[in-house]
Amino acid sequence: MSKAKTLAPQPKLSWGQWFKELGWRHLIGVLVIIYCAVPLAYVLSASLKKNANLTGSNKLFQEVSFANYARLSETDYWHWILNSLFISSFTAVGTVLMASAAAYAFSRYRFRGREATLTFLLLVQMFPQMLAFVALFLLLLALKDVFPVLGLNSQIGLICVYLGGALGSNTFLMYGFFKTVPKELDEAARIDGASHAQIFWGIIMRLVTPVLAVVGLLSFISSFGDFVIAKVVLQTPDKFTLAVGMYNWAADSRTAPWGLFAAGAVVAAVPVIILFQFLQRYIVSGLTAGGVKG
Amino acid sequence: MDQSTVKTKRFDRFDLSWGFWVKVALMALINALGVYGLLAAWAAESYLTLAVVLVTLIIADVIYFSRRFIPAKYLFPGLAFLLVYQVFVMGYTGFVSFTNYGTGHNSTKADAITQILAQHQKRVPGSPTINTTVVEKNDKLSLAIWDAEKKAVLVGNMQHPLTLVEGAKANDKAITEVPGYQVLKFADLVKRQQEVAGLKAPLTDDPNDGFYVTTDGTKGFLAKSDFRYDEEKDELLDTTNNVVYQPNGEGAFADPEGNTIMPGWRVPVGFANYTNMAHGSDLAWPFFNALVWSFIFAIFSVVSTFAFGLLLALVFHDKRIRGRKIYQSLFILPYAFPAFLSTLVWKGMLNTKFGFINEVLLGGAEIPWLTNGTLAKVSILGVNLWLGFPYMFLICLGALQALPEDIMEAAKIDGAGPIRTLFSVKLPLILVSTMPLLIASFAFNFNNFSLIYMLTGGGPNYPGASLPVGETDILISMVYKIAFEGGSQNYGLASALSILIFLVVGVISYFGLKRSNAMGED
Repeated sequence: MSKAKTLAPQPKLSWGQWFKELGWRHLIGVLVIIYCAVPLAYVLSASLKKNANLTGSNKLFQEVSFANYARLSETDYWHWILNSLFISSFTAVGTVLMASAAAYAFSRYRFRGREATLTFLLLVQMFPQMLAFVALFLLLLALKDVFPVLGLNSQIGLICVYLGGALGSNTFLMYGFFKTVPKELDEAARIDGASHAQIFWGIIMRLVTPVLAVVGLLSFISSFGDFVIAKVVLQTPDKFTLAVGMYNWAADSRTAPWGLFAAGAVVAAVPVIILFQFLQRYIVSGLTAGGVKG
Repeated sequence: MDQSTVKTKRFDRFDLSWGFWVKVALMALINALGVYGLLAAWAAESYLTLAVVLVTLIIADVIYFSRRFIPAKYLFPGLAFLLVYQVFVMGYTGFVSFTNYGTGHNSTKADAITQILAQHQKRVPGSPTINTTVVEKNDKLSLAIWDAEKKAVLVGNMQHPLTLVEGAKANDKAITEVPGYQVLKFADLVKRQQEVAGLKAPLTDDPNDGFYVTTDGTKGFLAKSDFRYDEEKDELLDTTNNVVYQPNGEGAFADPEGNTIMPGWRVPVGFANYTNMAHGSDLAWPFFNALVWSFIFAIFSVVSTFAFGLLLALVFHDKRIRGRKIYQSLFILPYAFPAFLSTLVWKGMLNTKFGFINEVLLGGAEIPWLTNGTLAKVSILGVNLWLGFPYMFLICLGALQALPEDIMEAAKIDGAGPIRTLFSVKLPLILVSTMPLLIASFAFNFNNFSLIYMLTGGGPNYPGASLPVGETDILISMVYKIAFEGGSQNYGLASALSILIFLVVGVISYFGLKRSNAMGED
């Protein structure tokens, strides 16, 4: 209860009154934090237990050893992380470039077919690409004979698939933001003799950096967390992303290398969590404007 | 004054030419790739790919080397990817859903005939044993043989009959070099033993002429099939017993008694895949269950996460609470932790015998959280609540903060209590602003493949079904299983199921869109 006393904001309230008004909220808060944190504490504890398997990981923080983390390098784990980083970074950059270019065209130019293209994009966006994974598989299977680099089991092929979904909701997110940049700016630049490319790279892209960051980050997170398309496209362990590789580790819970899995999960999640805490505001605004976690 | 304009102009010109050279370099690269693609598509006889690459390349060159079409310069890359990897793929899903594409029906009729003939081949009596070599191109194996008569090297595989390759080198033991191919070394031969043993190369376009076959990659001989294909009558004759097989209209050859020989080929089957879902096959019942469960799962997930998130937002929407920021950043932990990892962690924690929940929290109770149908459904909803409530919490907090103060004041003056204010004033206002997100969340959960697949794998499975489908399978995970798991793949049926999901998601997004008024701007 000492905690309660230090937290009491206004000395005017008696303890009972304080609890009735605010204290119970803290109580709920603590309970929810426990609810949120138990699985995370469990992973952390399992990752610190030497040779942990599912059976022996239930007593939390009995042992503190970094053996599992060290053993990660004997597996494909770092390879998978690099694969994931490579794929997600390229996808994020590509998505930002494509969507911002499209948003620029829509917000700055009035051309024939503009309305139609916007409506078409909106329609296409309603049907998630991920639903067509069977056809994607068949397409890449056929492409493999023609362009092996774009076919099945190719990471570049997977990036292309992700870029195929880049225009959808991202264009609208950016379009909204691009419209807030006053047109007078680029009109003035045009009078000064700037080309459309100079206006795009030199003026617009600099002014919309926040939304570029949000779109890039969301695209990074969603391709980092994608499971189904990556699982369909990538077929050999050396090509796996983290999601596919880690799934295979944990697939059979009796034989799963649980300690390794937990260590891998901690390593993969900690940077993401830190990033999230820093960029909370932007992510939330991006989410509410764009879509949901993928 | 004069000087400064000169300066900017010079700078402009420099900048422009720099951009120009980048453009030229990029276009050179794209054209090079495009031409490579054209040649590769030509070589692979993939004429549709050829046409698509050609058209794309021409459009790209016209757009970027012309001074007009400025908006197109910005739209083209994104649209090109969108058209191939989303629009085409959606259309292709529809197309495949009307065919019997799948195991035993995954190629053309000509390929199927070649396959059947190749499967029933026998060595031609007296045919000499010759030296062969296995070569590889694009990860695909071909058989190279030394033709003593023509004094040349021929290369072929099941898709491409033997053709002469110029410039190949051979010694009296083996072929050492084949332009355009990689000669397989002994170690690779051993590694890919099974593939090598199955290598066959038809002599000509007519598979009746026979095949060169090999068992170990280094020696081969000519073989002919027990079956003969009569092109005029379009029938297949088994020369060992003189049974005649004719196409049965379902993409396979069948004898008069209806016995078919596999493989068959792809044919359109009309709505058969769709009607199969509804009745007839042993998948109809699992399918119906999956349909109902998909809806229950998605609706309940949205409602439970929203209710919990809203409740929490209401509790913490009070500026007097100290440390609100800290609470908030701890509440979003489940959301920040990558979902695929937390799902797998929950899978471990819910294990019947060794899981944390049973062993520690419930004192050793062996509750089959993931292996009993009903409990598995409850577990899935529970885990999804953990995964999803932070998102709803953040949204509701935002919506609450956006509520105008004066309306709350007015409600208070009118004598409404906190509960009444919540249900009659706050909730309707919050729902208006969050409805599009709730609908998006529904669509997301309706297709939440990874949660289901990682947590229960769709299980517990229905006993006796021809596919490993189970009680917790939602439609999308059923699509995956039909397409990729179990003994046989059925892309046609899987695609039909995808189309059905497209329809559901489309209808729901349409209403979401109408509410969110995304088109109303501008």
